Amino acid sequence: MNFKTATLAGLAAMLMAGSAMAVDIKLGVLNDRSGIYADLSGEGSVVAARMAIEDFEAAAKGINVEVISADHQNKPDVASTIARQWYDEEGVDVIVDVPTSSAALAVNEITREKGKIFLNSGAASTDLTGAQCAPGTAHWTYDTYALANGTGKAMVDNGYKNWYFLTADYAFGHSLEENTTKVVEASGGTVVGSVRHPFPGTDFSSFLLQAQASGADVIGLANAGGDTVNSIKQAAEFGITQAGQALAGLLIFITDVHALGLETAQGLVLTEAFYWDLNDDTRAWSERFSAEMGGSKPTMVHAGVYSAVTHYLKGVDATDSKDTEAVMDWMKSNPSQDQVFGEGELRADGRHIHDMYLFQVKSPAESSGDWDYYKLLATIPAEVAFRPLEDGGCALVE
Amino acid sequence: MFELLGIPPQALFGQLLLGLINGSFYALLSLGLAVIFGLLNIINFSHGAQYMMGAFVAWMGLTWLGIPYWGALLIVPLVVGATGVAIERLMISRLYHLDHLYGLLLTFGLALIIQGLFRNQFGVSGLPYSIPPQLSGGTNLGFMFLPNYRGWVVIASLIVCFGTWFAIERTRLGAYLRAATENPTLVGAFGINVPRMITLTYGFGVALAAFAGVLAAPIYSVNPNMGADLIIVVFAVVVIGGMGSILGAILTGFGLGIVEGLTKVFYPEASSVAIFVIMAIVLLVKPAGLFGRTA
Amino acid sequence: MSATTETNYSSAADAMPIGTPRHHIVIFAGLLVLLLIAPFMLYPVFIMKILCFALFASALNLLLGFGGLLSFGHAAFFGSASYVTAHAAKVWGLTPEVAILLGTVAAAFLGLVIGALAIRRQGIYFAMVTLAFAQMIFFFALQAPFTGGEDGIQAVPRGNLFGFIPLANDMTLYFVVLAIVFGGLLAIYRIIHSPFGQVLKAIRDNEPRSISLGYKVNRYKLAVFVMSATLAGLAGSTKALVFQLASLTDVYWTMSGEVVLMTLLGGMGTIFGPFVGAAVIVTMQNYFASFGAWVTILQGTIFVISVLLFREGIIGVISRWIKKPL
Repeated sequence: MNFKTATLAGLAAMLMAGSAMAVDIKLGVLNDRSGIYADLSGEGSVVAARMAIEDFEAAAKGINVEVISADHQNKPDVASTIARQWYDEEGVDVIVDVPTSSAALAVNEITREKGKIFLNSGAASTDLTGAQCAPGTAHWTYDTYALANGTGKAMVDNGYKNWYFLTADYAFGHSLEENTTKVVEASGGTVVGSVRHPFPGTDFSSFLLQAQASGADVIGLANAGGDTVNSIKQAAEFGITQAGQALAGLLIFITDVHALGLETAQGLVLTEAFYWDLNDDTRAWSERFSAEMGGSKPTMVHAGVYSAVTHYLKGVDATDSKDTEAVMDWMKSNPSQDQVFGEGELRADGRHIHDMYLFQVKSPAESSGDWDYYKLLATIPAEVAFRPLEDGGCALVE
Repeated sequence: MFELLGIPPQALFGQLLLGLINGSFYALLSLGLAVIFGLLNIINFSHGAQYMMGAFVAWMGLTWLGIPYWGALLIVPLVVGATGVAIERLMISRLYHLDHLYGLLLTFGLALIIQGLFRNQFGVSGLPYSIPPQLSGGTNLGFMFLPNYRGWVVIASLIVCFGTWFAIERTRLGAYLRAATENPTLVGAFGINVPRMITLTYGFGVALAAFAGVLAAPIYSVNPNMGADLIIVVFAVVVIGGMGSILGAILTGFGLGIVEGLTKVFYPEASSVAIFVIMAIVLLVKPAGLFGRTA
Repeated sequence: MSATTETNYSSAADAMPIGTPRHHIVIFAGLLVLLLIAPFMLYPVFIMKILCFALFASALNLLLGFGGLLSFGHAAFFGSASYVTAHAAKVWGLTPEVAILLGTVAAAFLGLVIGALAIRRQGIYFAMVTLAFAQMIFFFALQAPFTGGEDGIQAVPRGNLFGFIPLANDMTLYFVVLAIVFGGLLAIYRIIHSPFGQVLKAIRDNEPRSISLGYKVNRYKLAVFVMSATLAGLAGSTKALVFQLASLTDVYWTMSGEVVLMTLLGGMGTIFGPFVGAAVIVTMQNYFASFGAWVTILQGTIFVISVLLFREGIIGVISRWIKKPL
């Protein structure tokens, strides 16, 4: 396989004889480089991983990191083939990113079998830290629970009590609907109905009209990617939002908002783990990121890659090894701290917890230009943002 | 108010109308396939990719050259049709002496290439294309809020479908075309340039796909995969209708759009397979298709 | 247009005698030796992938190259067998050989149903019908609870063969896969060279004449369709165990297209063509995996070139050079 390689170990590393002995690490960024999540993860995640390595001054600390990357095309079979080959043939120590739940679960299994480390940033499935949790897996950025919890609760608290779901008819959509239903009901709202649309769909008008006829306050979009984008566009077209019903995107990223344009996306409420314009640290970091990525702002997945790799390198440095158990132990028993997520913590089940943010998409009039898209509605503290440790059913939690 | 299976009649009208809108696309695309098949005897697998090209060229025209929607509606089919002409001249024309399956395989390969190139160039997130200002907004029909643009889609597609039917069934040029389908050698002997007619027919079929693509651009997001799955459904439509008649292709397209629309209300889980189930039934009952002639 | 049509089934292959020519025995033996050594030189999982696709392409070739029927929906059989095997091994905890058997039987049954409907139409319609049915199976796999939707069925245990030979080791599994695939290839060879295979070729080359000779053409077509579906299922089942995964990719239309490409590139209607085609395409996919959409573009280009300039395929051309059927 002809993977793009980049050796970041410089001569400086050899000259700077640190106290510790040198550790060679091969880090594989596996994500979508050509498909629907390419903007969201893709090359940006490689850039974020490199930034983490540079900022940590890994080479100076005797840690030589080689970064390789590949495209899993969002397919679990491709992901598992590459992961297997990376571990077996290429000597990869840690796989990073992996958006798309199905691909992430596949890599999770291979990583468990091979006893390596998997730092997931891009995928949504709560199974990674639930039923399928693995000793070497850390799920860094977000998950369906955190998104449903943030958006669902916030909407109910703001008076949108009656929900109707537009659900993509496959495992992911069902679980998103289920997660959100629990949150909505626990917060005092009710679910008046739902309709399942084929996946992937192109025409949502029929389902949107059914949602409209239900008279619900809010239509929850339990779908992702192109389906969400199209549902939002068509809802605007059929005057559904103008008629007073709100839309709640349950899995939507800044890149989707960018694709939709503010005219269509305005008013949408969503939950993310990161926004470039949160504070001075995130602005400074995003500035550097943009410079390398031709002007695009980082997504929360990129930020998560940076945060995860940083914490991992700290673990390697502290334990002076790349032994899975030692490094994971260190990572789980020490808090994380970085420019993008601030403070955080890696739980026993592999869930990384940090503050989540509830945003609303600005109207074109409120925005000052490209990428100025969100206003912050609320900060959801780390302790309540994610699924409680004991509810996941992870075998690592005793 | 009486209800039909728990669905109020207003909602039902709305859904029927939506079905008709989807049917417009099925009709336009299966019409293009039927026209091409009639004369060239090949199934144009790249039809979906050419539909996608239509949407993209419209987007490029707007973004790079400032050509508005109405201009695109005329220019894009010509541009994409011209690429079709080139493809027919350079590649497909070499296959006429072979089994028709090769035409299918060739156009399948072309579809992969076109899709791949657009994916490389534009990514798959989808590009926005706005509804033309003259057609923005909607009309309250009482039973539903109909976006003006969707109404326009039905009208435009009806006009084009009827125009094509008229040109082929009721004009002299159409008569040549039909004659060439039956016996190309004889028609050639009358001094008609049959190869050129074949080329232009392919170009025309492709232009129809591109026209559908331009119509679709403001409704669905413009993305490289928009035609790939659609074309398989359209194939099923074509199998159900049989490709014997132009009118058959049009009627089946609209009809199946409506049937699919109804499944979305009564049993949404099955809406994606409804057309395939109908295809299975038609194969059992009337293998040549509803409007087909038995070979 | 339909007066003079021809299909480039390897002409040398048509002269194939009923008996087994010596050079075929030599090639089979050479291939076997090569495959026995290969896992010690190359990554075994990679060769197992080639083997599974070689069997899949050979199964399609039985239908396309010898039956003259282009199925554009063979992923349906490959994929459903893969799902059934994965489910049987993971959820029911059955041993690998039983799981593979169940998957293969499921594919055979599906082949019977789809085949019975599809053979009611000919030529291009046949291709479209199979494609449409495969798409229907795809939607089913997407929605049915037991397939796990887009997650697929993951972490399928490889289990113990016959209850006592553990297959977790790639090397052990390799030789089991080799045995299955080689067995499958020999079965196809046997079918082609049987009297049944001869009748198939007659139908392929001139259906009306075969009918007038009194052959029940549709029964032959259905039989070969079911055989092809069964063997495609065997390939899919085996693949599920190798990768410990059954996913939507296995049932999607691109998979049907890929296997047609392998057959076309290697040489339709040749014995060894699909094997070579599978090896080339799988290697190419592996090599270009990091180049995103270029894999698709390249596959499309190979399709176009094969159709325009290279209809006999790699093995077909070699076969013509050495003037021997391969």
